[in-house]
Amino acid sequence: MKPRSKRFAWILLGLVGLSAATALVLNAFQSNLVFFFTPTQIANKEAPVGHAFRVGGLVEQGSLHRHGTEVSFVVSDTVKSIPVTYVGILPDLFKEGKGVVAEGQLDDQGLFHAKQVLAKHDENYMPPEAAEALKQAGAMNSKISKSIVTESGSR
Amino acid sequence: MIPEFGHFALIVCLLLSFIQVAVPIAGAQTGNIAWMRIARPTARVQFALVLFAFGCLIYSFLTNDFSVRYVAMTSSRLLPIQYKVAAVWGGHEGSILLWLLMLTFWMTAVSIFSQHLPESTLARILGVMGFISLGFLLFILLTSNPFDRLIPAADDGQDLNPLLQDPGMVFHPPMLYMGYVGFSVAFAFAIAALLGGDLDAAWARWSRPWTTIAWVFLTVGICLGSAWAYYTLGWGGWWFWDPVENASFMPWLMGTALMHSLAVTEKRGGFKFWTVLLAIFAFSLSLLGTFLVRSGVLTSVHAFASDPKRGVFILIFLVVVIGGSLSLFAWRAPKVGLGGRFSMVSRESMLLGNNVLFAAAAGSVLLGTLYPLFLDALGLGKISVGPPYFDTVFVPVMAPALFLMGVGPLARWKEASLPELAIRLRWAALVSVLTALGLTLITSHFSILVAFGLLLAIWIVVTAGFNLWSRIRPLPDSNLHPLQRLKGLPSSYLGMLVAHLGVAVFVVGITMVKGYEVEKDVQMDLGDIVEIGPYTFKFKGVSEGEGPNYRFQRGDVDILRNGEFVRNMAPEKRIYLVQRNPMTNAAIDTGFLRDLYVSLGEQVGNTAWTVRVYYKPFVDWIWGGCLLMALGGVLALADKRYRIEKRNSKVTTQNERTA
Repeated sequence: MKPRSKRFAWILLGLVGLSAATALVLNAFQSNLVFFFTPTQIANKEAPVGHAFRVGGLVEQGSLHRHGTEVSFVVSDTVKSIPVTYVGILPDLFKEGKGVVAEGQLDDQGLFHAKQVLAKHDENYMPPEAAEALKQAGAMNSKISKSIVTESGSR
Repeated sequence: MIPEFGHFALIVCLLLSFIQVAVPIAGAQTGNIAWMRIARPTARVQFALVLFAFGCLIYSFLTNDFSVRYVAMTSSRLLPIQYKVAAVWGGHEGSILLWLLMLTFWMTAVSIFSQHLPESTLARILGVMGFISLGFLLFILLTSNPFDRLIPAADDGQDLNPLLQDPGMVFHPPMLYMGYVGFSVAFAFAIAALLGGDLDAAWARWSRPWTTIAWVFLTVGICLGSAWAYYTLGWGGWWFWDPVENASFMPWLMGTALMHSLAVTEKRGGFKFWTVLLAIFAFSLSLLGTFLVRSGVLTSVHAFASDPKRGVFILIFLVVVIGGSLSLFAWRAPKVGLGGRFSMVSRESMLLGNNVLFAAAAGSVLLGTLYPLFLDALGLGKISVGPPYFDTVFVPVMAPALFLMGVGPLARWKEASLPELAIRLRWAALVSVLTALGLTLITSHFSILVAFGLLLAIWIVVTAGFNLWSRIRPLPDSNLHPLQRLKGLPSSYLGMLVAHLGVAVFVVGITMVKGYEVEKDVQMDLGDIVEIGPYTFKFKGVSEGEGPNYRFQRGDVDILRNGEFVRNMAPEKRIYLVQRNPMTNAAIDTGFLRDLYVSLGEQVGNTAWTVRVYYKPFVDWIWGGCLLMALGGVLALADKRYRIEKRNSKVTTQNERTA
């Protein structure tokens, strides 16, 4: 091979490899993005049915029920709320009245089947998605808003 | 007074760092030897000062000085002493101080072990590192001073986050930081070479051991973090693709590419551009990682309470360092030259393949980590990119790299012949395929991914064995025994083999865990049993008790294998007294071929609990593989040529003196 055609082959090979990698990455990226919705958005039917997403808010007081490893609770942004079921063991810091983020799918009855429940690693910590849900729900002038400010301000 | 001494030491250090940036670099550009020589003592004094400040902070922790705000926030009277020391880096301020301590440590190490470098090169290297130290000192003094007082003083501290009260906390952060910050040396070497315009094989030879040692620390650090997450978070995962994990993984990927690229630059003078660029990227990603973790844009167990001022500062520093070094690269790189030519099939081309794949992997992690942050910052909504994305991307990107790992070391430099390689490797290929098929047939159920993973791992082992044999087999014209020839092999070569074997062990671990792990979340009452394979788990109740600074509920679970008692397990649920946080401590029975994992969930009845029972085949091979990789790096560092080089250089300096 002449040096020039060799170089051309190199560049071609590089470009093919690069575009293949880019296509692969972007495709994987597209199909694995998980969007976030607040209970209000879900109530307004903005969230997809049968596609994974995250919901965040506070666990409503008195809404937690256990039946063996089956758990059900209600996530609320103080305006709207959504029932959630989960099979498995909840994280240590999961508590009624505290912030929570759940990832899973909505069924056509409006029940959220969580595959994963996240409550973060610090007692006073509010998951940002949960804080966002409360903020969007306009709860900023209530008692909760104070707790958001202090909770995100210090550990 | 002690905290004020520490604070003062940092201020003095800041002044010194100004000098260390300005004077030696100016000296190197103008050829003033006296100015250049200032670099070494300033670097060492900086280390001494930061070490002193660090000691002051440790002292404040040990003496429960809750008039220091940082101590009050991260420690408490009841905290056991080893965690009081570890709590020094248990929060934002202290961990940045640890970062700085590591940086000045590396500066001092360079000033001691690089005596053989030309004076101007050393001056530039230390000058560049001084600039980084300047940035971090400013950062500490302006936004994150660990010595700030709390008035009035607190009676007791708020305690270290219970999750961090673990032996892992004592070792994981220092190791990780040694690695992170260690890439600053390779970075400084690259920038110094760009400034001086002398980017040659000698430059690559000098910066290679520094890169390797940083990489070894980073590997061990990540490995410790992963093992820690496995046994402490109570759900048995060993890698979560958490943004903070990614922040440490990206420099590792770049550093791995850099090590391999440096090999080409040293041996063949090639890839110079690329090597310099990788050195810049590896360190930039370390800085980016620091930014991500410490600015508060991320939220995870690693991210501490944040202050927007800090994020802005690190962001500006990041822009200055990355932007500055890339502009310098663009300006000076044309002078660097391309280096030796090589053909499409050669060891160079395969190492280039390795580099491209690793860079692509780092790029895809970067995309998955930063994209959600960008969207959030622009107010376009909150999204998250989870493990499925990274899993989908990593398998196809890493598989060819693992294949090349078998071929590359056998290929000749400059020009290799494809037919010859194919002939040399056909037996290795056959053995790998047969062994992989045989192994998958004896496992319980066939899975294509498991078969593929095992095939790649065996391929690496077989080709490495083949490679070794070709170096030590008896030759007709020599009567040396293979073992004697083995002793004569350079330890850097053995290091390469060991590190690659480590990758194979790692791949086996991941493949087996992903393919055959069993996870059961069940409700268990007194006397209930759960069966997984040959193992029976029998729940015998929960008792209560008290630890030094926590109360616990301790499960009592017997494990039987085919009806025979194996051992008792005692998973704990702890409530720490100060922060009142619950914590799960899993009980793990570690074995060579499998781990058994039990952790307590919640109490659901009088005596009934939810319990996690996991069976994890080959999971310890994951960390064993990482440690083998690190061991390979250590062997490479022990190579004779680095020592010989030092001895020679001493001779030359003596000659210079006598001359």
